[in-house]
Amino acid sequence: MFAYYLQLGLHSLRRNPLLTALMVFGIALGIGTSMTSLSVFYLMGSDPIPWKSDKLFAVQLDNWSAEQPYRTPNEPPDQITYLEAKALMEAGKADLQTAMYKVGWPVQPENPEVKPFGSLGRATYKDFFALFEPPFKYGAAWDAAQDAEHARVVVLSKEINEKLFGGQDSTGKHVRLNEVDYRVVGVLDSWRPRVKYYDLTNGAFQDLDEFYIPFTVAIELETRPSGNNSCWSNTKPGWDGYLASDCVWIQFWAQLNSPAREAEYLAFLNNYVNEQKKLGRFPRPLNNRLSDVNEWIKSQGVVSRDAQIQVGLSFAFLVVCLVNTIGLLLAKFMRKSSEIGLRRALGATRRQLFTQHLIEAGVIGISGGLIGLVLTWLGLMAVRGLYADLNNVARLDWVMVLTAVALSIFAAVLAGLFPTWRACQITPAVQLKTQ
Amino acid sequence: MLKMSHLSKVYRTHLIETHALRDFSIHVREGEFVAVTGPSGSGKTTFLNIAGLLEEFSSGEFWVDGVDVRGMNDDQRSRLRNEKIGFIFQGFNLIPDLNLFDNVDVPLRYRGFNAAERKRRIEETLSRVGLASRMRHYPAELSGGQQQRVAIARALAGSPRLLLADEPTGNLDSLMARGVMELLEDINRQGTTIIMVTHDPELAARAQRNVHVIDGQVTDFDAEPPLRVPARDNDAVAAA
Repeated sequence: MFAYYLQLGLHSLRRNPLLTALMVFGIALGIGTSMTSLSVFYLMGSDPIPWKSDKLFAVQLDNWSAEQPYRTPNEPPDQITYLEAKALMEAGKADLQTAMYKVGWPVQPENPEVKPFGSLGRATYKDFFALFEPPFKYGAAWDAAQDAEHARVVVLSKEINEKLFGGQDSTGKHVRLNEVDYRVVGVLDSWRPRVKYYDLTNGAFQDLDEFYIPFTVAIELETRPSGNNSCWSNTKPGWDGYLASDCVWIQFWAQLNSPAREAEYLAFLNNYVNEQKKLGRFPRPLNNRLSDVNEWIKSQGVVSRDAQIQVGLSFAFLVVCLVNTIGLLLAKFMRKSSEIGLRRALGATRRQLFTQHLIEAGVIGISGGLIGLVLTWLGLMAVRGLYADLNNVARLDWVMVLTAVALSIFAAVLAGLFPTWRACQITPAVQLKTQ
Repeated sequence: MLKMSHLSKVYRTHLIETHALRDFSIHVREGEFVAVTGPSGSGKTTFLNIAGLLEEFSSGEFWVDGVDVRGMNDDQRSRLRNEKIGFIFQGFNLIPDLNLFDNVDVPLRYRGFNAAERKRRIEETLSRVGLASRMRHYPAELSGGQQQRVAIARALAGSPRLLLADEPTGNLDSLMARGVMELLEDINRQGTTIIMVTHDPELAARAQRNVHVIDGQVTDFDAEPPLRVPARDNDAVAAA
């Protein structure tokens, strides 16, 4: 009977084209609006590296002022000082680890036809590539020896390699950054984590880095961070004064392959801070944290309260569309009351008619859902056009496509429940006589 | 085939009670053609709706083909209606956006026949009413008489043992009415029991027996005819 009901449902769509169009468009509009905001919301908060997000940990050490926390109620800083970064890297207690910070340098191409341009990159350690697993198109990361030797080596993003070398294999060639030549050791392939989770302090949805150089080189060249920098005490003048200060400007990530390793590492961090306390540093009570990727995204408020409110409002709009659909379905089904009475007289049970009309509502829902998907796609295009930094998250993925279709069917069936129930209460005798 | 004993039907609102049928008793035997007559508002249609299991009754006893319908739930009544009872309405009650084939198909779908069986029955009954060549036509493309023939084909397709007709010629001119009446008589001759509600004394006179209803009660009826044993096969009748 399902095929028969489906056939009747499709047939019914053509019966009152205007009424059908109003219902389908009403659902489509509700689905389009809610799915646009939900898609952005979903991708903002979704796990960017699901295969190992529970093993990657952002490290926080609370070196902040005794008078007040870094952020209320008692949050430690999001970044660490150079002194701690250096100590943690030297200790090497994690399975993989890297300190890193954002740098901005001019790029001076060899090709005279390409003008010099500013570029944002990342000073980091070789473990960055093993930690976050960006795909390599050519070459590979530098090695530990090159970190130690302050080697002038660079890994380029696919985009900057296109600009400088036309997308060719540039490994072994040189790139001039801020008057210094660097040998290209690797070129990344397309890499677009939805959220730039490894450095949320500088914008969760900003473009990814264009180049990667050894952290040790950037320090040697006295390169100030281009990203976020926070201090709570006076710093001594000069580069060495900055490195010795309590300013936090370095992100630190560790890979810990088991809960036991996580516990060990936290114990190590606590020991380290306790030792530093003896030297008069870290005036606040012990408050060190290890946050895995998803905890980190959540604690850093990547999905803002505004985004949550927006999703709520868009679903309220969907409810308004559904109420409208309920009214229209009621009108449609009441217009069919003589047919419903006739079908009852010809042997249909209330249950059969209920199923038939719910499927009819479902057909309207699927139609609305499919058009709603097109509206969602257009809506996301508009979001990308208006907010360039949401380029990575304003996209329709298959989970959202399935969600939209399921939601539209659910919504239409929900909207159809009352009109269907009313339709099935029709007394066939009265309808047959009054036709 | 149909027996009602001391049956009553009361419509109640918070202000008044209306007795549509009171102490209503009737016995229609298999193979009979009974005309139910009476003035407007006398309870003829209420009787027909209760007979067709479209309405519930307030008290009394009621059997269809030996089955006591008291206490049946909606599913059971629908199944009994679908299997044993066919309806013909004054207003034809065809579904306008379904073609003749699909209109006749409606009760067969609820009966659960497979596609081949449904096709066979639809073609046979439409042939029987002389509309086999117009199977893909829509009701609006037919005359009133032809539409009523389609409604008869739909009523016959499931091989019912009882045919209930509510003013079947009320919307037809005399020529078409005569044709429909002849078709009903032919169906009855094949063994199907028919109960027909009508205002028309001429049509009523063509039935084997008349039952007159006034104020929800049977006031006059012809003597029940001697029991006929038709030795019929419903499917064979429909196929004839």
